[in-house]
Amino acid sequence: MNSFQQLAKFRSYLFQTMEGNRKSCIPLSRRLAGEVSSPDFGWNLNERMISSRVSHSTAVHRSGNFPISPNNRLERAASVRPQHMETGDASDPRITRIASSIRVIPDFPKPGILFQDITTLLLDIKAFRDTIDLFVERYKEKGISVVAGVEARGFIFGPPIALAIGAKFIPMRKPHKLPGPVISEEYSLEYGTDVMEMHVGAVEPGEKVLVIDDLIATGGTLCAAIKLLERVGAVVVECACVIELPELKGRDRLGDKPLFVLVSPA
Amino acid sequence: MSACKDEDPRINRIKTSIRVVPNFPKPGIMFQDITTLLLDPQTFKDTVDLFVERYKGKNISVVAGIEARGFIFGPPIALAIGAKFVPLRKPKKLPGEVISEDYTLEYGRDCLQMHVGAVETGERALVVDDLVATGGTLCAAINLLKRAGAHVVECACVIELPDLKGRERLKGKPLYVLVESH
Repeated sequence: MNSFQQLAKFRSYLFQTMEGNRKSCIPLSRRLAGEVSSPDFGWNLNERMISSRVSHSTAVHRSGNFPISPNNRLERAASVRPQHMETGDASDPRITRIASSIRVIPDFPKPGILFQDITTLLLDIKAFRDTIDLFVERYKEKGISVVAGVEARGFIFGPPIALAIGAKFIPMRKPHKLPGPVISEEYSLEYGTDVMEMHVGAVEPGEKVLVIDDLIATGGTLCAAIKLLERVGAVVVECACVIELPELKGRDRLGDKPLFVLVSPA
Repeated sequence: MSACKDEDPRINRIKTSIRVVPNFPKPGIMFQDITTLLLDPQTFKDTVDLFVERYKGKNISVVAGIEARGFIFGPPIALAIGAKFVPLRKPKKLPGEVISEDYTLEYGRDCLQMHVGAVETGERALVVDDLVATGGTLCAAINLLKRAGAHVVECACVIELPDLKGRERLKGKPLYVLVESH
């Protein structure tokens, strides 16, 4: 597929999502403007757009139950209200399976929030393995010596990636969890603030770091992680999440740090 | 545990990679810090490998990891042995329907939760945490899995504090650890 065809396919995806029930859309021009390729990796613009922009079905579940079929696949509850059809890059079937393995729980942790539950992805052995593989394929042999995972769901995805690419794993934690000397970074929540901590000495100046979490929403947590790492002289090469909620514009809060995600609800 | 494991050269490296931090989280406690183990990629890999060598081919379909340090060791083991990973969490973290198990702490009580439907009746499960002290948390985890109809095959931890006798509180379930700290 040449680059024009790739761009046409991406535009087709974007227009499909715009026709859905999205309250706001990020114009193609802004997406293109935001997709700055990292010089360290040398990936082309189109590859990054296609690989990181996949939507998944956001069928709304009425109950939290999810019977597990003999094949260990998630069976969705009946009488759901589909918000959008699955679209996106069909060339990698792994993405499709990953997207469909994520369960959406309405009104959690509070009314109005559609919670993206990755625990169902972890129950699908192939989907979990594919998730890790997709990140490992992107990050191996890139000189990354540190994977920083944000508590707690970043602890699930970060270590397998670190092990596969030969990097160390450092947990970025809530306050008072890490023993010994730490550095702290305060960050904003919707209401109030929170604090993230990292061990002193975990990362050396100049080390290349990948930051991992399960999901990026407003970007506040990832931004705090980036700041902690940069304070000790590390080089954050990219942030990687399974899921992005693009309407919350978290990508914009990462400054010049690129973001790679696997799926994005429509 | 077994003489073979104690003679494994990987064990000594794992033991020496664990940092002990005195008086954390409160005076008198010698905290076993596994984050320094995670800073050595070979040692972290060895840790996972030792568990994987023990559990693969044993028809274990579930690895249950206890929040939060069990989330670091459990998933790599699960991926390597072809099992699903089930997070056991503090209250109000898991969305949707959960079952809860209260347990006793030194001062007060705590609660562990698991998703309804995560585990099927008859599945063989491994429980993973970084450390076993009094065994209260592992006991709660065993109870949750049993209530869901799973068969807990073993509990696995990197570190045991044998003086706290946690091993006796596991409802008869076996415990496998890599290092002991007295």
